[in-house]
Amino acid sequence: MSQSHISIKNLNVYIGENHILKNINLELPDKKVISLIGPSGCGKTTLLKTMNRLLDRQADVRVEGEVLVDGENIYDPMVEVTHIRKKMGLLSQRPFPLPMNIYDNIAYGQRIHGNTNKKELDALVEKYLRDVNLWDEVKDRLKSPATRLSIGQQQRLCLARGLSVSPEIILGDEPTSALDPISTKHIEELFLQLKDHYTIVLVTHILRQARRVSDYIGFVYMGELVEFGTADQILNHPKEQLTKDYVFGALS
Amino acid sequence: MRKIEENIFKVLMVISTLIITSTLFLILYTIFSKGLGSLNWDMVSKIPEGGFYIGKGGGILNAIIGSIYITLGSTLLGLLISIPIVIYINVYATKNSLFTNITRLTFDILFGIPSIVYGAFGFTIMVYMGMKTSLLAGIVTVTLLIIPILVRAIDEAVRVVPEEMGHAVYALGGTRWEAAKIILRQSTAGIVTAILLSFGRAIGDAACVLFTAGFTDSIPTSLNQPAATLPLSIFFQLSSPIPEVQNRAYAATVVLTLIVLVISVAAKVVSKKLSKNKI
Repeated sequence: MSQSHISIKNLNVYIGENHILKNINLELPDKKVISLIGPSGCGKTTLLKTMNRLLDRQADVRVEGEVLVDGENIYDPMVEVTHIRKKMGLLSQRPFPLPMNIYDNIAYGQRIHGNTNKKELDALVEKYLRDVNLWDEVKDRLKSPATRLSIGQQQRLCLARGLSVSPEIILGDEPTSALDPISTKHIEELFLQLKDHYTIVLVTHILRQARRVSDYIGFVYMGELVEFGTADQILNHPKEQLTKDYVFGALS
Repeated sequence: MRKIEENIFKVLMVISTLIITSTLFLILYTIFSKGLGSLNWDMVSKIPEGGFYIGKGGGILNAIIGSIYITLGSTLLGLLISIPIVIYINVYATKNSLFTNITRLTFDILFGIPSIVYGAFGFTIMVYMGMKTSLLAGIVTVTLLIIPILVRAIDEAVRVVPEEMGHAVYALGGTRWEAAKIILRQSTAGIVTAILLSFGRAIGDAACVLFTAGFTDSIPTSLNQPAATLPLSIFFQLSSPIPEVQNRAYAATVVLTLIVLVISVAAKVVSKKLSKNKI
């Protein structure tokens, strides 16, 4: 396994009295697509959110253990959280474009980090829209509201927005669950293109999707990471009985 | 049987809608039919001349200007205080913590306090500080009255913004302040509605300004001078036994209604323009 961007050590997450994640240890390999699979409510989304500290604002959440991003523990009280999050693009279940036009949605990330050079922004907006294969569809209406796009286009726009701050990691929380099959295919193809440059962590409950895009898969069940390995290993030769039951359909 | 039940309720709903709508038109009819006759250019362009309240010449420009000053002043001041409160309880404070719950409860209680109590409270403070009735005292008191309205209405608008909108900003490395700006942008229409509600309340309230802003026949030129307001002007004219003066009171209500109407329409247009990028 190559060097890892994110490594999780003895992670425990509690929300109120509930022990949501139990003693997770995980090394995420660099520049690969890693899928976290498991039944609904097993904690896979929580695991994803701990990676960029999006749980912070929820009341009575307690996180124990370490999440190291590039060797830096992001739960260290001294760490600057905006700096951590900038390293990770996030794709949520449904696209949430910002309340502005298409151009500004992509330029926003650059602007909040201080880049206001019009020429540079123009070039970057075009680059990131091309990266997600959206440029040709929107180049004539960059100033129209992002909400006029179809939901599949919006999700690609949100992906481009995430890429605009040059992250190293892309976190996807069931990013295709609201999309039709064609848009889903678009997004999946993008992941395969983008993994040359980014580490992609994907939460999904669609086994076929995990099969189509993943290099590595982690199976999460009842807050525990049951098994982690290459896609081939998890999908075809799982070691644990629970993984076998889930992958071969006895468990849902 | 269920069809009959459905129809009965449908009829009831239509009747209540009609009652309320016709009440509105009845109110408009009353004030316009009684007031339009006395509404002339003098009315809105002159201040009261000596003996105005016993039927001599002049107008209510003092009250129009006073009301506009107080309403604009208090709405601006109210927004300056309310928006940070709403941002704090929605973006910075821990969600559903004791602090946010107590804050929301406080504003619910403040919302229910009658305006005369705010007026009396403002008056007590003024006496304590040795102030006379003034435009400033009126603005501050009306601000106290409308802050709960603004906070509650803006809070409602901000709370319906999906949480993921904030997450999107955080994920780009944005700060809470940057997230707050996006969330406010997303709730522009709600904020305009809040302003409208508080504006209507502020311009129509008599009890708050009675002891604090006072009443005068001249137009205030500084914050320390007393100011007249339309509701009080209406009250004083309507209490007159002279029919001519009473009719002028209705003309003043027409002016008040028109101001509120113009502001409402303008606010709707602005809000529509501003929220075109909203999801």
